[in-house]
Amino acid sequence: MLFTDSVFIIGLCVLAAVYFVIPKKTRWGLLLLASCAFYAYSGWTNLLYILTTAASTFGVTLAMDRMAAKRKETLTAHKADWSKDEKKAYKEAANKKRFRLLVLCLFINFGMLAVIKYGAFTVKNLNSLIGVFGGEGSIPVPEFLLPMGISFFIFQTMGYAIDVYREKYAAERNFAKLTLFVSFFPQLIQGPISRFDELSKGLFAGSGFEARRVLFGVQRILWGYMKKMVIADRMLPAVKVLISDPEQYRGMYALVGILFYGLQLYADFTGGIDITIGIGQVLGIPIAENFNRPFFSKNITEYWRRWHITLGTWFKDYLFYPVSVCKPMINFSKWSRQKLGKNIGKYAPVYVSTVAVWFVTGLWHGAAWNFIVWGLMNAVVILVSERCTPLYQKFHKKFAWSNTHAYDGFQALRTFLLMGCLRMFDCYRDVPLTFKMFGTMFTDWNVGIFFDGSLMNLSLTASDYAVLLTGTAVLFIASLLGRKGSVRKQILDRSPLLSCAVTVALLLIVVIFGAYGIGYDASQFIYNQF
Amino acid sequence: MTKGKILLCGTGMAAASVLLLAAAQRLLMPKYMGDVVEGNLVADYYDSGYDHDVLFVGDCECYENFSPVTMWQEYGISSYIRGSAQQLIWQSYYLLEDALRYEKPDVAVFNVLSMKYGEPQNENYNRMSIDGMRWSQSKSDNIKASMTEDESYLSYVFPILRFHSRWNDLCADDFTYFFGAEPNFFSGYFLRADVKPAENVPTGRPLTDYAFADTCWEYLDKMRTLCDETGIKLVLIKAPSVYPYWYPQWNKQIEEYAEKYALPYINFLDEDLMAETGVDLSSDTYDGGLHMNVYGAEKLSHWFGAYLSRTFSLGDRRDEPQLSAHWREITERYYAEIARQKDNLEKYGNVKGEQKPEE
Amino acid sequence: MNETLEKVIEILTDLHEDVDFATAEKLWDSHILDSFDVVTLVAELNNEFDIVIGADKMTPENFNSAQALAALVEELSEI
Repeated sequence: MLFTDSVFIIGLCVLAAVYFVIPKKTRWGLLLLASCAFYAYSGWTNLLYILTTAASTFGVTLAMDRMAAKRKETLTAHKADWSKDEKKAYKEAANKKRFRLLVLCLFINFGMLAVIKYGAFTVKNLNSLIGVFGGEGSIPVPEFLLPMGISFFIFQTMGYAIDVYREKYAAERNFAKLTLFVSFFPQLIQGPISRFDELSKGLFAGSGFEARRVLFGVQRILWGYMKKMVIADRMLPAVKVLISDPEQYRGMYALVGILFYGLQLYADFTGGIDITIGIGQVLGIPIAENFNRPFFSKNITEYWRRWHITLGTWFKDYLFYPVSVCKPMINFSKWSRQKLGKNIGKYAPVYVSTVAVWFVTGLWHGAAWNFIVWGLMNAVVILVSERCTPLYQKFHKKFAWSNTHAYDGFQALRTFLLMGCLRMFDCYRDVPLTFKMFGTMFTDWNVGIFFDGSLMNLSLTASDYAVLLTGTAVLFIASLLGRKGSVRKQILDRSPLLSCAVTVALLLIVVIFGAYGIGYDASQFIYNQF
Repeated sequence: MTKGKILLCGTGMAAASVLLLAAAQRLLMPKYMGDVVEGNLVADYYDSGYDHDVLFVGDCECYENFSPVTMWQEYGISSYIRGSAQQLIWQSYYLLEDALRYEKPDVAVFNVLSMKYGEPQNENYNRMSIDGMRWSQSKSDNIKASMTEDESYLSYVFPILRFHSRWNDLCADDFTYFFGAEPNFFSGYFLRADVKPAENVPTGRPLTDYAFADTCWEYLDKMRTLCDETGIKLVLIKAPSVYPYWYPQWNKQIEEYAEKYALPYINFLDEDLMAETGVDLSSDTYDGGLHMNVYGAEKLSHWFGAYLSRTFSLGDRRDEPQLSAHWREITERYYAEIARQKDNLEKYGNVKGEQKPEE
Repeated sequence: MNETLEKVIEILTDLHEDVDFATAEKLWDSHILDSFDVVTLVAELNNEFDIVIGADKMTPENFNSAQALAALVEELSEI
């Protein structure tokens, strides 16, 4: 199901209406019901995946909690009579058992994900590898229908399991409540990946009806639909045209493709997140922000702090840090300091972890080589700019003009283009082709296409361009205003009447200028297959 | 903010949204006043006074081939054609069902050409047949039966969901006819006064299967039952349009059905009958045999009116003052339209009065 | 100022010369320390104090100031 399906929109209205009428204590139950209905809508079997994740995590986290309690008890009991070493040994042994449980849980869930999402990819590559060595290479390729949002809910739930293992908070003792955390439906389409301690409070609280909050929520939902339906879906046909025929659309067309796809992806993804967070706001459930005006970033590191934030922090907390400080890495660190000298030795482990994390990030985005190369290219750019940091600092110290707003703008544009070039892997889904198309931007100087009306042949009409330009301008202005805090609050503070008018206007804009219905493909959100 | 204020704001926003969306919907829905006027046929019925002895349902072979004005003038029969472009049989059925909410005619006439379509065909024609209907169970059932694969029920409930993208094609007509279209029809009849003879009409290519679809038979049964239950006489006709080709194999099926249920079936394509009605395909059609022009329609109505009043003993109602007044208005418009079209034909060579660019 | 804190500040200053770590707060939250710095820092601290800072300790609370870091180091050295 998509955000734009009429069933979803009608269901949402019904849910909100019922939510505020039933007793507060039962409201989370309604959310669970809605989530199950949402998931079952695309096939009953899909519920099995959710249940597997919820059940395995529930069992393991409870056991880990019980073992931690027992460990504390024992340590307190032997506070006096055990030596420091004895205590340490006991603690380590106890934690090892808990760790084994965690590994079991991770294995079940990531194993499930691996088989469903990466099974075909792995087998295909194995087959061609066998082929290289002269074998037949005919292992049957497993085919699964990718259940919606499976990466999102598995990542989110495994984050919870790891947090419980780390004793950041206690395990949830109500299975139904944990299942709600796993399956909370607005997040299943495009994320974000929430943390249990942040999401669960709102999820189980059954917040009451608060006019201002609900108004803001509705505004955010409409704003999301505007981005998605007025901008992204209108842009999509042009993106498809540009990608469909790389032979014809080369050179400057590739540049146009970068711009269009960047805008389309941004509007689509952030729009979806706006809808999700807006739904949460209506229901009184705070959901983590996933974007922070990413296209204003001055460099790629900053960009990744502001784009798909929850995925970035997930990888940081649950992969990058553990890999960076695991025992082999510490040993490697000691070795590299001795052998490679202080400067490189100090950083070598970080670089290794970075490459590893970006490899996995690439894999997360899709089971294909283009995504893996995309991830590794990100790592390369990040590492190069990290190495060059001292140079930049010198540069900024030496040239005063490099600290002006104009230069900030230049940096933002540079980052946008750089990220756009990397996204070409995502567009063409073919590594050699991507490199080739990147090359044509420098070899084929067909700049004429900007002036001779060629852009009118990309399945966009003049009025489409007018809507897109206006829409983009509105997004840009809203982003600028957003730097001073919530735009919705700024509007409401100015005048409640204006705020109401804006809400109605947004609704009208979405209904009239949205690209939907006959003649438009109801496109899937780019991210909902992850 | 107080509770009252919140309630006020909420209600205000909801009301403003509904009002503005309704206005936008009105503006954005096609007005069907230019080239494709047929889109207004179905809605036109609700201004017809609901006092008819005979009700036609069917496609263009109905609404372009019979002239209710002639039947009124010659026999005092008050009739209405609930036709629409490529009206499918279930649409005919539901339009009949819908009309029965307002009146009970003595006779229902169904043109059988649409028996050839067993599945939803074309979104544009669906729109023209359905959007004009007032909301009712019949309309809802009609939508469900008619939707093509890409269509959604909701977009019939709120047509703005279908026509929103017309913001780009808005024209003067959309504003001029915001509050309603002008009457273009004469008791459901679409009038054309020009002539284009039928020449070299191709016969149909052989089909692999001549059997009508089960769905069509079902709806024909439903229509027959509905008429039986409400005491309406059902007449099946096949208009004398020579194209689309009416296969003898099809004709036979209808004949058998009519015989089985003792229904009158009149095939105007029959050569003897053609001679009797006096329809001349070299002068009585305006588009090469697909549809009659007003001269052909009047000839057909002359014959058919006589048949109807004879067979069903329909009384002459020309002495009813109220009804006469209603028909007087239609008749006046009717002749004015014929005169206008003739005038245009003389001046510009076409009935619409479009000035052709000089060559 | 105790010995641990002094040493921590020394290591921090080695990473970013231009920051006054004795008074600076929100090192993590305001991205003065990025993830690279955090990992490098952990390796340095492990090395210097012969401790093991696990991934579970790599949180804003522990890394937002030199004082918090020193506290963490002392806590881990105690056991």
